Amino acid sequence: MIHPTSLEELQSAVRELDRVIVRGSGTKSAMSSSANLSTADLSGILEYDPSEFTFTARAGTRISEVKELLAKSGQYLPFDPPFVQAGGTLGGTIAAGLSGPGRFRYGGVRDFLLGIRFVTGDGEIHAGGGKVVKNAAGFDSPKLMTGARGAFGVIGEVTFKVFPEPREYQTVIVSFPTADEAIPLMARLAMSNFELACLDFVMPGQLQLRVGGLHESLERRVDRIKSFIGRTCEVRSGSDDEQVWHNAREFTWVPSDATLIKVAINPRQIVEIERSLEKSSASHVDRRYSVGGNVLWLAWPNEKTSEKLGRLLTSWNLPGVAVRGEPWGILGPQNKGDVFQQRLSSVFDPLNKFQRNDRRTANSH
Amino acid sequence: MTQAFVEAIRAIYPTDRCLTGKAELAPYESDGLTAFRVHPIGVVLPTTSEEVIASIRLCHQPGIPFVVRGSGTSLSGGSVPIDGGLVIGLNKMNKILRYSPEERIAVVQPGVINMRVSQAVAAEGLYYAPDPSSATVCTIGGNVAFNSGGAHCLKYGMTSNHVLGLKVVLPDGEVVEVGADSLEQVGADLVGMFVGSEGLFGCAVEITLRLLPKPEKYYTVQAAYKSLAQAGEAVSLIVASGLLPGAIEIMDRLAMDASDAAVQANYPKDAKAILIVELEGPTEEVDAETPTLLKLIEESGAYRIDVAKDAAERLKIWTGRKCAFSAVGRLSPDFIVQDGVVPRTKLGYALAEIDRISTESGIPVANVFHAGDGNLHPLILFNGREEGALERAEEVASEILRLCIKLGGSITGEHGVGLEKRAFIEEMFGKKDTDFMRQIRAAIDSAEIANKGKMFPDLQAPALTHRGLHPIEQQGIAFRN
Repeated sequence: MIHPTSLEELQSAVRELDRVIVRGSGTKSAMSSSANLSTADLSGILEYDPSEFTFTARAGTRISEVKELLAKSGQYLPFDPPFVQAGGTLGGTIAAGLSGPGRFRYGGVRDFLLGIRFVTGDGEIHAGGGKVVKNAAGFDSPKLMTGARGAFGVIGEVTFKVFPEPREYQTVIVSFPTADEAIPLMARLAMSNFELACLDFVMPGQLQLRVGGLHESLERRVDRIKSFIGRTCEVRSGSDDEQVWHNAREFTWVPSDATLIKVAINPRQIVEIERSLEKSSASHVDRRYSVGGNVLWLAWPNEKTSEKLGRLLTSWNLPGVAVRGEPWGILGPQNKGDVFQQRLSSVFDPLNKFQRNDRRTANSH
Repeated sequence: MTQAFVEAIRAIYPTDRCLTGKAELAPYESDGLTAFRVHPIGVVLPTTSEEVIASIRLCHQPGIPFVVRGSGTSLSGGSVPIDGGLVIGLNKMNKILRYSPEERIAVVQPGVINMRVSQAVAAEGLYYAPDPSSATVCTIGGNVAFNSGGAHCLKYGMTSNHVLGLKVVLPDGEVVEVGADSLEQVGADLVGMFVGSEGLFGCAVEITLRLLPKPEKYYTVQAAYKSLAQAGEAVSLIVASGLLPGAIEIMDRLAMDASDAAVQANYPKDAKAILIVELEGPTEEVDAETPTLLKLIEESGAYRIDVAKDAAERLKIWTGRKCAFSAVGRLSPDFIVQDGVVPRTKLGYALAEIDRISTESGIPVANVFHAGDGNLHPLILFNGREEGALERAEEVASEILRLCIKLGGSITGEHGVGLEKRAFIEEMFGKKDTDFMRQIRAAIDSAEIANKGKMFPDLQAPALTHRGLHPIEQQGIAFRN
């Protein structure tokens, strides 16, 4: 494993290696188990001016360090990156394309990433995007890097947009006997103008929603939401509120012998997914519908095999990516954007250095 | 070759949707950047994706360049035709294909007008957030190609942040689908890479949009200041306070005069700057934030503060702001609009520099800007009938763009590079990264025919002419942002 400490060393490393799989701090183990290049030592916050709402840091910087610094000025990362306590890095979060439950309010990692410096497959350092909060010049390569698992380059330096963080939060929890009853309420809440910070449905039957804002208004906002729901609600505040979302962000609910799978879904598909899991005797699999039902986090038991999961995902016509656990890559249906992706790969990775062994990468079919 | 091409194109379309006569082509010679005019060989108006695909495939083989356009409101000349090229006008592909309020999405064809999306979903309390000033005429397809912005980008981002999926016809006629109908994605964000590619990656024929719940309450304040610096100071105070307004806008005296002339906005006569701040959200939250905002505005030295009491007053404030650009046409026969970005903390310095450039050159510059994002909009006024005036105005525009680059900003916040700023792309990104982007373009479009001559400097450059306002602006239908 090579541990570059500067962009130039990162460039040399990419030039030396025939094949490059990058690892930040290894929190997304399913994506980095075969890594030969680490950005863990390529770290440090380079620029931060709270009044700009932006910061620039090296890719291996731990998110916990960023959060701590931002908090001093009352700011935060609105996309709510996961694996913070576990040690997740900025670069790893971008490459894995992961956002947490808090992305419900303002958007995901792609929406807050402004600029990037990266090393291409032929060992050149390039920049894309910019360092200001608004920029429409040139091709948006920062977005291309998001979720690409390193297929287009090794991320060296990143610039993010940040926001002032709500001063206080409260969480409302509602229990349901079945998903069928909870899902329509989740849709109504997602359409409402309550401006929820988070909206998750945790199987077997708990709707969890978070409200953030000023102390003066929070109580009244929560009361109005409770009467909108019209059922018995449990309200959590302070550290009890934080605990709920810490557990979601750190995936404390995923058993150690399971692989964490991310599936991007549309909320209307939840009912079908639930039926299908039941039919294939998988209704006991731990899972969470996050971001108002736009993400399914599935803790797939390793003993149940990736083939079985792949068949399920194909039947839903939804790709899923292994995040932590077994290195299963992307499972499920073929990507309909492959031609576009291949053409981009021919420029970002002309020597196929970033190609992965799993079935679905930029250059293999 | 051209004749054979024209015949092949004619075979796809009925005569009323395939224009080749000189008079028929005239409306398509230009766009929002009226200084450029080019005569295309023909204009086709497809009604289906299949017609778009067939047209692009026909162009690819002989290497006939093409420009896809919507309403032609581009302020960077992004939809100006290419000499000897085809124009594919998508205004007839204007259907909302699917709308699901529960899923908060709408799937639209590219010719759908921006404002129509919000109108179509209003009954369910939803809206489409990006609001360029041309929203009443510009199309979603054009917004996607140029990653359009608007006044509310600070909080909600640009077009790119509101597009979930695309069906795209690549420049050789290959069709790909990227993204889907979820807020999240698995795999590389190809949607994000396509949005803002200025037509160089081909054209989107189906677009899945994210809709947002309309905020329950808006609180719109308009404050008058005796100096531009004070208004700028107010922005810094607001940003530092922890508030996150939906919009923070500033207009200078010249811009106010223009707006006054056009829509009788009635700005205080002795004001040197107007600040518009809009809070939005749940009623309780907005009510709790209001005292902080008012206190900051008072502290910053505002001598008159007006709060919109209802939707009509809010609209009046925004109309005054949004019409400012086109209204400048009432003060000056011609003008150039730039949309460079500077880091917000450098706004004061940038405005002082623009003032210096204006004074030294003797060319008046009006300023209207998205202060919250540091997105400037200097309007450089000139009279094109005067010998060399256009060139002198262009020189002022160039100096302002260089200032934005020097301060670490961008040459464009929302209008795109297009034809207008292509000479500056290399100054912003450097030769190496510009060449890399050219390689990307060549990989996507081996014949380099899709919106040829835009974004990157090219040998073919249409001559600049002065032409005044676009006809739709003269009629007051649409405004510039």
